[in-house]
Amino acid sequence: MIRTEEMILNVGPQHPSTHGVFRLVVKIDGEVITEAKPVIGYLHRGTEKLAEDLQYTQIIPYTDRMDYLSSMTNNYVICHAVETMMGIEVPERADFLRVIAMELNRVASHLVAWGTYILDLGATSPFIYAFRDREMIINMLNELSGARLTFNYMRVGGVKWDAPEGWIEKVRDFVPYMREQLQGYHNLVSGNEIFLDRVKGIGTYTREDAINYSLSGPNLRCTGVKWDLRKNEPYSIYNRFDFDVPVAESGDAFARYHLRLSEIEESLKILEQAVEQFPAEGQILAKVPKIIKAPKGEAYVRIESPRGEIGCYIASDGKKEPYRLKFRRPSFYNLQILPKLLKGENIANMIAILGAIDIVLGEVDG
Amino acid sequence: MSGEKDLEQLKKEAVAKAKAAAAAKRQAKAAGTSAPKQAENPVEPVKAATPPAVEADSASDADDLAKKKAAAVAKAKAAAAAKRKAMGEAPAEETVAEPAPAADAGDDLAKKKAAAVAKAKAAAAAKRKAMGEAPAEETAAEPASATDADDDLAKKKAAAVAKAKAAAAAKRKAMGEAPAEETAAEPASATDADDDLAKKKAAAVAKAKAAAAAKAKAKAAGVGTDAASDGDDEKAKAIAAAKAKAKAAAAAKAKAAAGGKAGDTSIPETETKPSANQPFLDKYRKVIEENLGADVLEDSYINKLSKDVPTLVAKRGTYFKVAQFLKYNELLGFDYLSELHGSDFETHMEVYVHLYSYKNHQSVALKVKIDRDDPTIESLHPLWAGAEWPECEAYDLLGIKFTGHPDLRRIMLGEDWVGHPLRKDYEPYDVEV
Repeated sequence: MIRTEEMILNVGPQHPSTHGVFRLVVKIDGEVITEAKPVIGYLHRGTEKLAEDLQYTQIIPYTDRMDYLSSMTNNYVICHAVETMMGIEVPERADFLRVIAMELNRVASHLVAWGTYILDLGATSPFIYAFRDREMIINMLNELSGARLTFNYMRVGGVKWDAPEGWIEKVRDFVPYMREQLQGYHNLVSGNEIFLDRVKGIGTYTREDAINYSLSGPNLRCTGVKWDLRKNEPYSIYNRFDFDVPVAESGDAFARYHLRLSEIEESLKILEQAVEQFPAEGQILAKVPKIIKAPKGEAYVRIESPRGEIGCYIASDGKKEPYRLKFRRPSFYNLQILPKLLKGENIANMIAILGAIDIVLGEVDG
Repeated sequence: MSGEKDLEQLKKEAVAKAKAAAAAKRQAKAAGTSAPKQAENPVEPVKAATPPAVEADSASDADDLAKKKAAAVAKAKAAAAAKRKAMGEAPAEETVAEPAPAADAGDDLAKKKAAAVAKAKAAAAAKRKAMGEAPAEETAAEPASATDADDDLAKKKAAAVAKAKAAAAAKRKAMGEAPAEETAAEPASATDADDDLAKKKAAAVAKAKAAAAAKAKAKAAGVGTDAASDGDDEKAKAIAAAKAKAKAAAAAKAKAAAGGKAGDTSIPETETKPSANQPFLDKYRKVIEENLGADVLEDSYINKLSKDVPTLVAKRGTYFKVAQFLKYNELLGFDYLSELHGSDFETHMEVYVHLYSYKNHQSVALKVKIDRDDPTIESLHPLWAGAEWPECEAYDLLGIKFTGHPDLRRIMLGEDWVGHPLRKDYEPYDVEV
């Protein structure tokens, strides 16, 4: 008779598979996890506290550092919140630039999610492919904003820089290229027997659980909830584009993996149309006062980031700094379900389950 | 052990000290706030420069709609007022510049989708005034009849005294030259008007409509000047000598237009359209009041700043009951907790919850005000599992205690952290941090 003993295993905060500084304290009985306790906060920088002493434009660079894989959507959410409060109409060209930048960033973010997830599971080469293609996007965004990750590109009322000469054409050329690569990704990994054995049927939860735990993004859609804020509560100019919201029914890690690749495809569709309809000229910044003051009151807006629903709450007392600023960070909410998913799982599945949630620690910790 | 105790003691002392300091600060602040706040207002450069604009601005400030308006609009207004003022002081230039304020008045009205007609009306009224006619009945007339008024005016003009005619003609001539310029100079305020329109519609539709509106406006302006130039052009030439008088009349007109503008803008702004979400708010309120009693809600309103989300403010004692009802009632069915956080408003703490119903596809915001000195409230974790971490965060950063929470702990900061940073009276325990 084999006797097992309960043991505490500490994972992180410096562990490559936690994608940042994330610590997981797991109690294991043999190879079975009996309890998992996430410990977060290692990257807490107090953005919300700092923001109370900053003007709205000054806050934008701080949002770059929340979800640093998808800074454009973070930029957008705070600009959108202030614009909603002030009733600013963004010029058409700026809206197009924003959408193109956000969708490029979404593709780049999903590429990282895909590459690192496969890396977590032990395959190193797909990661290289993913980063090669991501690099092209980063270069394009670099040309647009002057930064590779912390773009600080958007402003209340529009964007900071216009597209450089020939940039739109680059995006246009990128779309078919990426489509082809995407097919390659599927050929390389999605049908791989070993990979499928590792991800199918693990980390499964139901639609009710997903809603109850406030999950969003691919984590919600993998249970069959057809919900995408770009489609269901359209913001910016997303209602002009024809795209699908991919959903899966199985609610397991493989469904989430597959959804992210499908979403790249949808983002490419949006990019294709946006480049097509891109206005030849126009303003990139609306007429806004030099010092931006949101009117007295409060507002909460939410948009779709690659990781789910990112929200921004502003309580303003009419001054140039927000009285209270709060970000609803999707990774923070999505991670809550982890203890439930890990309980009773085999320890070997731990990283596969964590990776499928796709968290960014800068966002978890705020 | 004793070392630890000392540390504890030290911490306690530090906390007490920090609190005392904070209290002193707050007191100082309370004493100081009223004065600087008042001093702040007149500093607003635009307002101070233009007394008439100040009135219009403050009046619109009080308005819900006006609050929504971009500051850009205010700026445009102020600019217009400044122009008008400049006109009053320098009437020589004013005949050329005059159409601008009239157009501005029209722009404001355009938000209410009556730009073209209103402009014609304002012009007609001003003209009539310049001619010494009794304008009472005409100004009260429906906007639709404004074109008729123009016709009437033309007839009256024919019968009017030569001097008055000269004044009007000279003015109209100036107008006839200006519209092209004015439309070119106007896009700033025109886009502002578009802004407000667009908010209510999808971007694409709004833009098309705005373009159409702008066109219509331009057309209306054209019509007015056409009618004016019809019979009066030759006479205007003949009466070039009466220029001095015309100037005086035009000045009077500009003043009348300015007065008209202030009056006109304040009227349409008060009639706020009911929000599209108003029926939902009414429904929530009705269902809640029918089932939980009439006094569970402290307040309920449409938050116009926040995409018109229906907002319910629960009473401290009924917060959990209302939340539970929002989730489980079949008519409401808010099954998704999108966001939960606390805020310190100095007079009170507040918990803000944004809920969504995937069944009915509706949002609601639930708020509760709680005592700042003893911030305790029921946890929503039994209803939505997703409330667990956000409540920990609110506890960590604001010190709000959630009763019934399974594991309320500091989630961001270390367990030994002193104080709650997002509280407005927070003093760092360790100055080095």
